[in-house]
Order: sequence, then C-alpha cells, then structure tokens
Amino acid sequence: MSPRHTLHIVSGKGGTGKTTIAGALACALASSGRRILLCEVEGRNGISELFDVSPLTGAEERRISRTPAGGVVHGLSIDAEDALIEYLDTFYHLSIAGKALDRFGAVDFATSIAPGLRDVLLTGKVYEAVRRKIKNKPNAYDAVVLDAPPTGRIAHFLNVHAAVAGLAKVGPIRNQADSIMRLLRSATTVVHLVTLLEDMPVTETEEAAAALRPTQIRIGTVIENMVTPTPLDDRQLQAAATGSVSLKVPGLTIKQNQALASEFGIEAARTLQEQQRHDRLTALGLPLVQIAFDHGGIDEGAILSIAEQLTDQMSLEAV
Amino acid sequence: MTSGYPSKAFQPPTHAGVAVPFLDIDKIIGDREIKIIICCGSGGVGKTTTSAAIALRAAEAGRKVVVLTIDPARRLAQSLGVGELDNTPRPVPMIDTAAGGSLDAMMLDMKNTFDDVVIAHSTPEKAEAILQNQFYVALSSEFSGTQEYMAMEKLGQLHSEAEANGTWDLIVVDTPPARSALDFLDAPEHLSSLLDGRFLRLLLPPARGPLRLMSAGFSMMSAVITRILGSQIINDVKTFVRAFEALFGGFRQRATATFQLLSSRHSTFLVVATPQHDALREAAYFVDRLSEEDMPISGMVINRVHTSALAISPERALSLAEDLAGASTPLEVEALRRHANLMRLIATESHQMERFASARPGIAQTRVQSLPTDVTDLVTLRRVGALLADKD
Repeated sequence: MSPRHTLHIVSGKGGTGKTTIAGALACALASSGRRILLCEVEGRNGISELFDVSPLTGAEERRISRTPAGGVVHGLSIDAEDALIEYLDTFYHLSIAGKALDRFGAVDFATSIAPGLRDVLLTGKVYEAVRRKIKNKPNAYDAVVLDAPPTGRIAHFLNVHAAVAGLAKVGPIRNQADSIMRLLRSATTVVHLVTLLEDMPVTETEEAAAALRPTQIRIGTVIENMVTPTPLDDRQLQAAATGSVSLKVPGLTIKQNQALASEFGIEAARTLQEQQRHDRLTALGLPLVQIAFDHGGIDEGAILSIAEQLTDQMSLEAV
Repeated sequence: MTSGYPSKAFQPPTHAGVAVPFLDIDKIIGDREIKIIICCGSGGVGKTTTSAAIALRAAEAGRKVVVLTIDPARRLAQSLGVGELDNTPRPVPMIDTAAGGSLDAMMLDMKNTFDDVVIAHSTPEKAEAILQNQFYVALSSEFSGTQEYMAMEKLGQLHSEAEANGTWDLIVVDTPPARSALDFLDAPEHLSSLLDGRFLRLLLPPARGPLRLMSAGFSMMSAVITRILGSQIINDVKTFVRAFEALFGGFRQRATATFQLLSSRHSTFLVVATPQHDALREAAYFVDRLSEEDMPISGMVINRVHTSALAISPERALSLAEDLAGASTPLEVEALRRHANLMRLIATESHQMERFASARPGIAQTRVQSLPTDVTDLVTLRRVGALLADKD
C-alpha cells in the first residue's frame, strides 16, 4: 500500500534537529524501489553535512543514500536565483534574458527585495519536483521531503498566497502562487513540526500550529525529538527529584552513591518537566511521535535508527 | 578521580593536546574601552540568554548597560522579567546597583525603527508618501534583510545617544537568528547596494548621462520584469525610489559608520554555540567570516555543556546496572543507565569541542554547563553570568 502523502514539510525551532528528522524521514519513506527527494531551501549544506557527502550545488538532484530497504534518497539544495532563471526558461523561454537580468543585479533584486517572491520561487521548485513526470511513471519521485524554514517563519513561508497578494493581484506570479497553494492545501501534503520537550520549542510549536490553521495546510505529526524514555513512574521520579531517595549500588562508595543520587535527582526533575511539556503538546490534538535521544551523536547509523522509529510510530495516515 | 578504577575510558579528552585559551568575560566587561559587545550564532544556541546574562553581569559590575535584542520570540523579556519590550530602552528592575551600574533592555521593532528614520529625515509630505507606498510597506515588514539593517541602524542610534549624554557606556547586542551565517554583516551592504544599485537606477527613467546609452537594453529588461511581476509592482517601486532617494544617502552613510564602529577596538564579537556538531559548524562559519572581515573576536561561548561529578565510566555504570537488573532496585538501575548516557554524551560533546579547538586553535572559549531549569528569572540569569565568567 502506498503512503498517501507525496509532500512532507518538516519544520522545527533552531536546535531541535529538524534537518536530521527530515533526512531520517526521507530514509523511512524510501522503502523498496521507491525514490525520495530531500530538499533544503536555506543554503546551509545541511543535507550534505548530514549524509556526509560533498555539497549539493546548482540544480543537481544527486543520489545521497541507498537505504537498506532498497529505496533511494536524492538531495537538492534549492536556490532562489537558480529557481528564478529556471522559471523564466520554463514559462517564457527566457534563459538568456534571465542571465542578462542576473548581470544587471535584477535577479538578486527580485529575489531579495520583492517580498514573498523568494518564497514563491523556493516553494515553486518544490511544487515542480512533486509534480514532475517521467517516462512510464506517474511521478519522478514517490515523495518529496522538504527541510523547511524554522517554526517561527513556517506559516509565513508556506502562505505564498498572502506573500504575493499585496503585490500581484493578477499575472503569472499570482497564478503560480495559486497553483502552489492548491498543492500545499491538498490532502497529499503534510507538515511535521519537530520539537524538543523544552519550554521555548514547545511554545513555538504551539504558535506554529496556531499560525498554520488559517492557511488550511495540514499538520501531520508533532515529532518530539531527543526524548529520554524512562521505566519509572511519577511517584518514583518525584521522590528522586526531591532528593528523598538514597541509592545503594553495591560496589560504589557512600560518596559515589550520593553523587549518583544527586545527578539522578536532576535527571528525574528534567524528565518530570518533559512530561509536563508532553502534556501540553498532547493538548494540540495532533498525532505525536517520540524519537529517543542518541547519546552517541548523529551518524549514518543514528539516522537509520531514527528512520526506523519514524516508520514504527507514524501511522499510514501520517505517512 | 577518587574511584580508584582505571579512568582512561571515561576521561573527557578535553584540552588534551590542545591548550584552549580561556575567554575571560569579566576582563571584557571590565575594559571601559569596550563599548559594544555583539553576540552572534545560529538559532537555538542560547544567544539571547547569553546577551542578557552578560548585560546583567556588566551592570552589576558597575557598567551602565543597554541590551538590544532582536529576537521576535520575546525571550529576553521573560529572562529579564520585563513584561513587554518595545523600541524604547526600559530599566530592568531589581538589579544590584551597589557598584553604580544600571541596566536597560529593549527589543527591536523593525518596522517602527524604519518608520522613525523615514520621519526623522524627510519632510512630513515626503515621509507620508513613503510610509503609504505599497512597496515600502512590504520592504519594511517583510524583506529578510531589513531586520539586520534596522538592527545596525538602532545600534548606531543607541551609540550616538550614549556618546552624547552618557546614558550608557556599554551596549550588548543580541543578533537576529541568521538565515545564513553572514546575514548580520551582509544585510546592510546588500540592501544598500540593491537600493542604490544599477538596477534601480535603470528603473528610473529617463536616465541621465551615460546610463541613457543602456536604455535599449533596459526596455527589454523592463518588459521582462513587468511581464513577470506585473506593472503595478514596477510603478510602486519607481514611486518609492523617487521618494526615498534623498533619504537613502543618509542610510548608507550611517550603515557604513556602524560597520566601522564594529570593526574598531571599542567593539567585540562573541560567537555563541552549543557542543553539537551542527552548532559548532555554524560557529566555525561565523569565526572564519569575522576573521576575514578583520572584526574583533573575543572568542566563543559554548552553552549547555554537560558535566558530571561522578567519575564512573559508562561501561562500568552499565555493568553495575546489569548486575542489579532483576533485583528490586529500579531506581538504582535507572540512575546508573542515565549516568552511562550522560557520560557518553559528555564524551561526544568533548570530542566535538576538541575538534573545533584543534581546527581553530587561537579562539578562546568559555563553557557554560547545562542547567537543569529554563532561564526565566534574574537569579538564574545571574548564575549563568557567573558560569560564563568562571574558568571551570
């Protein structure tokens, strides 16, 4: 059964690991025989760093990973200026004019000053990749994963309609924005919000969820990243957090047992706080996914382990 | 290391082989010649908290400080216990003024700063025309570089005010969470060159002098741009540029002056990071770029560094936990597992910091340990300040 979403947009506050989750999601989606495109729009080489490959340049969609399940992930770093020139070429056969414009600084001007245009170009390229057809296949890619701007800007970024509304009431850019918006609002597009169980990221997740509601773009899951699972119950955690337990590990000195207890007290207090934040996220009424903290850092193995956790926890609905 | 067990496996390799110079925050605060401290770094590394903690520590050491934050999350407001920050610096209550210092805090309101400049530097009629222009409205509230530009503008204003009447002798700046590492330095220049550049000159007909020669090429450009964007935008832009032209020279001049101020010995940059691979990678971009521009860098603040007072290796902790499994000691087992995880994390972080230090050996560092709670009050902020200044 093939998953129903063809465009996955991954956002999260800075530092929550959104690029890692986007990469892992692309791997999770790349099951046997499937082709997935992973895109970034902020020119940070996040994808190439994550997969430890040379930087993605220009319009190349290079294969960056072959998953153990037998699928492939391609990477693309979308650049607004390249997208504009490609756009001019596709719709107006104006690649030469595009280059001339570039020389006059017009491309730079258009992509950085005309507000919203930049976002329309970036999302426009994603739109093209999602809709692209190749011989004998309905789509060039089975799904596209977008490592999107952070939660603070995500609603603004995706709301390309509003972005051009003030500037272009009619005309080609407006039509382009309308088509992108239709794709983003369709049932095959879904946004995932990555968060840590810390106060600020949870607050930003709540704000992003509220800001996305009026755009009619669907939120698929909230992904709680770097979570530390515990077998202990609330009462045990409370006791540890308040320092009212003494530990007796045989083989450790009294001093060491005390140090262990005080260290564990801090950990237990944090776990309790994390549970409160988890409750706040539950109140959003969205499917929640938990990814365990990897204490060894992020490498290929860690990405695949996160991919596995995503596959296990994301319902077909969300995938 | 009192355990008496072989400790090689868990000893953090910190400083091993590489002598990392210590970033002495108190020395910077104490240097009266330093009038501006800029904290930069990627999003989510605790830049705002660091700026606020340094500002508070400097104020309590006797400096007259204003801290300028640009972060739209209004985090500083929370950290400083000020309800609402706006474009006006407001005194932070409850700080210790025994040393004769003071602390004001403000948050940049990008659009209002832009409006204020327009109003201050043009006639009422012209100002009105600019403020009403569609293109100006979009530019002042949405262009991604405007925030950085206005931060520079505000910093320049605060500095002039401080020089003129001695309200402050230290400005601490929290930079916007940059889209790329270079935004803060580049945006003013970028915006100036765009507004001042060839392309806009071309849009303004009829061109004088040699530019007239390009007019054939230009009509083609103009036609293309109009076809893509629609004529309405072009008209808005033209009206805007005409109204803005006189004003703009001043903008550019001030941005250049602020840039020079930032490169002078009265300013210093701190690069903020956390001990994770991607945060340190971003920090490396900042350090390299600032060095290239000959900007004065004092060093790196590494936040949220994990530490442990218990010198027991992860391997040993896990093996102790395994021995206990099955016995009715779930707390002990969990405590040992958590300790093992913590020690692994410490080793990973040390390794990352070590790699950074060996690639950029001259860069001083101060490390701030991970705190169990969020920094939302002055007491905790003061503690962060102490940790920043502490040489471990």
